[in-house]
Amino acid sequence: MTQRNRLSHTQSASQSRRQPSTSAAQEEDDDTIFTQPSSTQVQKGLEKLTAAEVERKVAEVVQYFLVKDQKKVPVRRAELVKNVVKEYRNVYPEIIKRTARTLDQVFGLKLVEIDSKNHMYILVNNLEPADGASPINSPTSPKMGLLFVILSVVFMKGGVVRENLIWNTLKKLRVDPGEKHEEFGDVKRLVTDEFVRQRYLEYARIPHTEPIEHEFRWGQRADAEVSKAKILEFLGQLFEQEPQSWSQQYKEAHSSQASSSSQR
Amino acid sequence: MSRQMGDSHRRFLQTMMANGIIDEQGAKALYQHCCEVHSTQCAADRLDDFIEVINSKLQPMFMQIRKGMSEVTGYQHYALVNMAETDITRMSSDYADNELELFRKTMDLIVGSENGTASSTDILNSTDSMTTKKLKKSETEHLLSRFVQDNWLSEKRGEYTLSTRCIIEMEQYIRKMYPDQVKVCYICHNVAFQCQICEKPTCGIKIHNPCVARYFKGRPDPHCPACEEFWPHEIPEIRRPRSQSRR
Repeated sequence: MTQRNRLSHTQSASQSRRQPSTSAAQEEDDDTIFTQPSSTQVQKGLEKLTAAEVERKVAEVVQYFLVKDQKKVPVRRAELVKNVVKEYRNVYPEIIKRTARTLDQVFGLKLVEIDSKNHMYILVNNLEPADGASPINSPTSPKMGLLFVILSVVFMKGGVVRENLIWNTLKKLRVDPGEKHEEFGDVKRLVTDEFVRQRYLEYARIPHTEPIEHEFRWGQRADAEVSKAKILEFLGQLFEQEPQSWSQQYKEAHSSQASSSSQR
Repeated sequence: MSRQMGDSHRRFLQTMMANGIIDEQGAKALYQHCCEVHSTQCAADRLDDFIEVINSKLQPMFMQIRKGMSEVTGYQHYALVNMAETDITRMSSDYADNELELFRKTMDLIVGSENGTASSTDILNSTDSMTTKKLKKSETEHLLSRFVQDNWLSEKRGEYTLSTRCIIEMEQYIRKMYPDQVKVCYICHNVAFQCQICEKPTCGIKIHNPCVARYFKGRPDPHCPACEEFWPHEIPEIRRPRSQSRR
């Protein structure tokens, strides 16, 4: 299950941690206050700072991204500026450029803006999962196994599925969304809240249904991080079938594979 | 030799980030694995050079892969440490203020003890004198298990010790905070918590248990290396590395 390793590559053995308490509305406000400085403003700002000062700030921003990435929470530009960049906001573009370069060159992680309207960032691993097993078992979260199952179902069903299908699939695996699971806790919350906040899944209401129904899609992080070709390979092994036999999915996996690797 | 980082270095670093600490055997195997995956040259005795390349790039980020010995097994370990704030504030993104206070109190108890341990009873009692929001008994127990899970403390039969990772990462902080209490091992010169102590009151040197095992090996009549007084403690056996290395 190298895919699982990859998914939780930088995940520490994390459990319930304090959540940032800033409300969304508050952050909206900050975001409108913060306007991207122009390149001449940045140039002027940089002239007033020493190279060491800029380097130190970049280091702080890099650390901030790494800490957030452990919990797989996207970073909003507004909160980044408010909590870390602070008085360096006038040289923000330069800071973020150098941060991206460091994350890439030193840590093998790519800084991706997943939402250009709300300015959210995530880190995506540049390194493909190794074919041979690593001698060091990184602490993989069992939650990632569950996520992999859900992503597989959504992908095989054409990219969008009604929630009932997911719940029924999980029940077959003895994971009942209505019961407290010993490993996953509140399964419904994990799937519809935590995975959604981490941008692994999208969970949206289907319009005009009575009673209310929801559907699942892949989230932006899954698009960026999870290889569809690997999913097919895995299912191929599971069902003893050639991945090519799912022709539609195979085509999609290998066209999206090409586009995502050309971005690298 | 190239001083630039390649994907093999990045893969090694990512595994260090996910684990926090790896023993020497594991690090060697991981080094080899990373070189194989990215088809780069790998010389068995070059691990420290390989890590040095990573460290040169981590330095501007105030991070470092540092080597240190386990006080229990005597094996070398590599830990990824954060030097930006060498004190407990490093943990501040994961723990609340009162939780950090409990950690400090636990550290007080461990550093102040003779053998580098604090019992769960003593830790529970120390919550009485907390200045921040007091922790309930159940909260304290849960928190202690979190400290163990996050690799800051180790626990054995209700006795808590500082983990190898914690000692490697916080050595400077501990030396600064407890200048009168901290003693270094007479043999390896690193800070010593779990150790044996010379019983002559004017001497009182400390030696790590694994260092005791190595130093007194094959000496039927052990004497203190500092004051020549008879060494009355039981001499532990040198631990053999397991064939399959795990933390």
